[in-house]
Amino acid sequence: MAARVLACASCHGAEGEGTSDVYFPRLAGKPAGYLYNQLVAFRDGRRKYPPMNYLLDFLPDPYLKQMAEHFASLRPPFPAPAIPSVSNDILARGESIAVNGDPQRGIPPCASCHGASFGGMEPAIPGLLGLRASYISAQLGGWRYGTRTAAAPDCMQIVAGLLTEDDVKAVAAFLSSRPAPNDPSFAKRGSLPMPLACGSQPN
Amino acid sequence: MPRTLKALLPAFLVSLLLAGVSTAVAQDAALIAKGEYLARAGDCIACHTAREGKIFAGGLPMKTPFGTLFTSNITPDPQTGIGMWTSDQFYQMMHNGRFPDGGLVYPAMPFASYTKVTREDSDAIYAYLRSIPPVKQINRPHDLKFPFSNRSLILGWRTLFFKEGVYKPDPTKSAEWNRGAYLVEGLGHCGMCHTAINALGGSSESQAFEGGLIPMQNWYAPSLTSNKEAGLGDWTIEEISDYLRKGVSARGAVYGPMAEVVYNSLQYLNDEDTRAMAIYLKSLAQGTSPEKAAPRLPSAENSLLLSLGKQIYDRECASCHGAEGLGMPPHYPPLAGNQSIQMVSAVNAIRMVLNGGYPPGTAGNPMPYGMPPFAHRMSDDEVAAVVTYIRTSWGNRGAAVSARQANELRAATLN
Repeated sequence: MAARVLACASCHGAEGEGTSDVYFPRLAGKPAGYLYNQLVAFRDGRRKYPPMNYLLDFLPDPYLKQMAEHFASLRPPFPAPAIPSVSNDILARGESIAVNGDPQRGIPPCASCHGASFGGMEPAIPGLLGLRASYISAQLGGWRYGTRTAAAPDCMQIVAGLLTEDDVKAVAAFLSSRPAPNDPSFAKRGSLPMPLACGSQPN
Repeated sequence: MPRTLKALLPAFLVSLLLAGVSTAVAQDAALIAKGEYLARAGDCIACHTAREGKIFAGGLPMKTPFGTLFTSNITPDPQTGIGMWTSDQFYQMMHNGRFPDGGLVYPAMPFASYTKVTREDSDAIYAYLRSIPPVKQINRPHDLKFPFSNRSLILGWRTLFFKEGVYKPDPTKSAEWNRGAYLVEGLGHCGMCHTAINALGGSSESQAFEGGLIPMQNWYAPSLTSNKEAGLGDWTIEEISDYLRKGVSARGAVYGPMAEVVYNSLQYLNDEDTRAMAIYLKSLAQGTSPEKAAPRLPSAENSLLLSLGKQIYDRECASCHGAEGLGMPPHYPPLAGNQSIQMVSAVNAIRMVLNGGYPPGTAGNPMPYGMPPFAHRMSDDEVAAVVTYIRTSWGNRGAAVSARQANELRAATLN
């Protein structure tokens, strides 16, 4: 399988660990359902990034599923955590949103769906560690502006719509500064009580 | 006894009637299945279905040098689709490029090829399209620049480039050859890309299948008549068939816009039709053999380019394509002697290095191997060097490529 997905390696690393480009995400160890949903979304044009849309254009579902399972099963080492380039106040603000949310503004904590250690949950909620701040803020920005969407109800669009630009910056700085998790596995399906309905993760 | 007979008679009549109905149903089913197969051969779905859209409901934007066309709804919805059309009207569209009201169809619809389709085959496709679920979706108006928004201009185009007429078999050729020609020239509409498109958006008949750059897509559709390009004269029938149906072969893999054709259309054709097309395609290029490599004394600049190219090749390419460019077919295509790398146009070779690509996933090759993109890792000079090396090594007879050519193709539309 590794030989078949060499085309992915030049941007995502041979084991899906990510590369030096801050906008190319780590794939390894994200739940297969999440990776599959993204592959389908890129193939069908719902997620727009021309190099990805082009590569996946004519690949059938069963193959995309196998690609997803391949990268989900890999556990390459995590990169060193980023040294935050923001103030401690901002970092603390990011931690607070990620761990506690902001109940007054209706913002749920990231941890409520992505897990207390941000490792994600089967089958389709991604882990948030091992990603660079630029990637995280670009994706949250995409959700906010509606350039990234997912199956309805699109919970991330709702959540990101509640965040300000400063919130996004703070959350991205905090998550990217987290050290590698002790246990890199994701939470079992249904083990976290999700505060929002999610089209990508039907219960 | 008469009594019993009387009692049985109605049941007998009903069963007779049912037998009649079920024969008609079976005939319909066979006709619809035939129509579905032919619609595959015509690749209708590629244009008449939008991304994440309902099948055959149209709405796919098609960029042309004259503006953007939006494809039409061909489901049997009576208001927004073609549900009110008769089979005569459908044939008129296929055969003559006219709407039921006589209006002219933009030639992005390949009626100049479909005109060769028989009435019988047109009726089968019509029956199939009437059998699919109707979708209520109003056609989006085209967004064409002036003066192309004026449909009467199509009259001029038709005068120059459209010749109406069903395919006429060549009695000097085999039935297989004629079947292949019928599919390639008619439903397959291969000439739409594999014939140079002139400034008026027409394909010139005298240059049929001689290749050309596909407008807007920036891929070069090679000539099918010359072995210097993609002429298949020295390919075996099996190699051509594999290429058409599986998307990979011992000689090369399908990429670019051709991947779409194999994915949506050619992989569904049966053994006989694939073979017929292969026989016809091979015959197109009979008698033109590839030119021998011209001995070339490299200039100082070229030799610098080549030594950089070899370094890059050995580092990035050789692990799959082999130090001598032999590849490991079918999954790692050979580069030595590969026609599509040596053509006068270097567009495809440069784009493969920049963008990489997967051959289509097909029933015959469900898990294709992919070529990595290098656009983000190589400079224009490096792309030019490695493509020059590949085009001129191992007996390949392509010309050198400049960094400027590589740079221009970075902006090519990807999909």
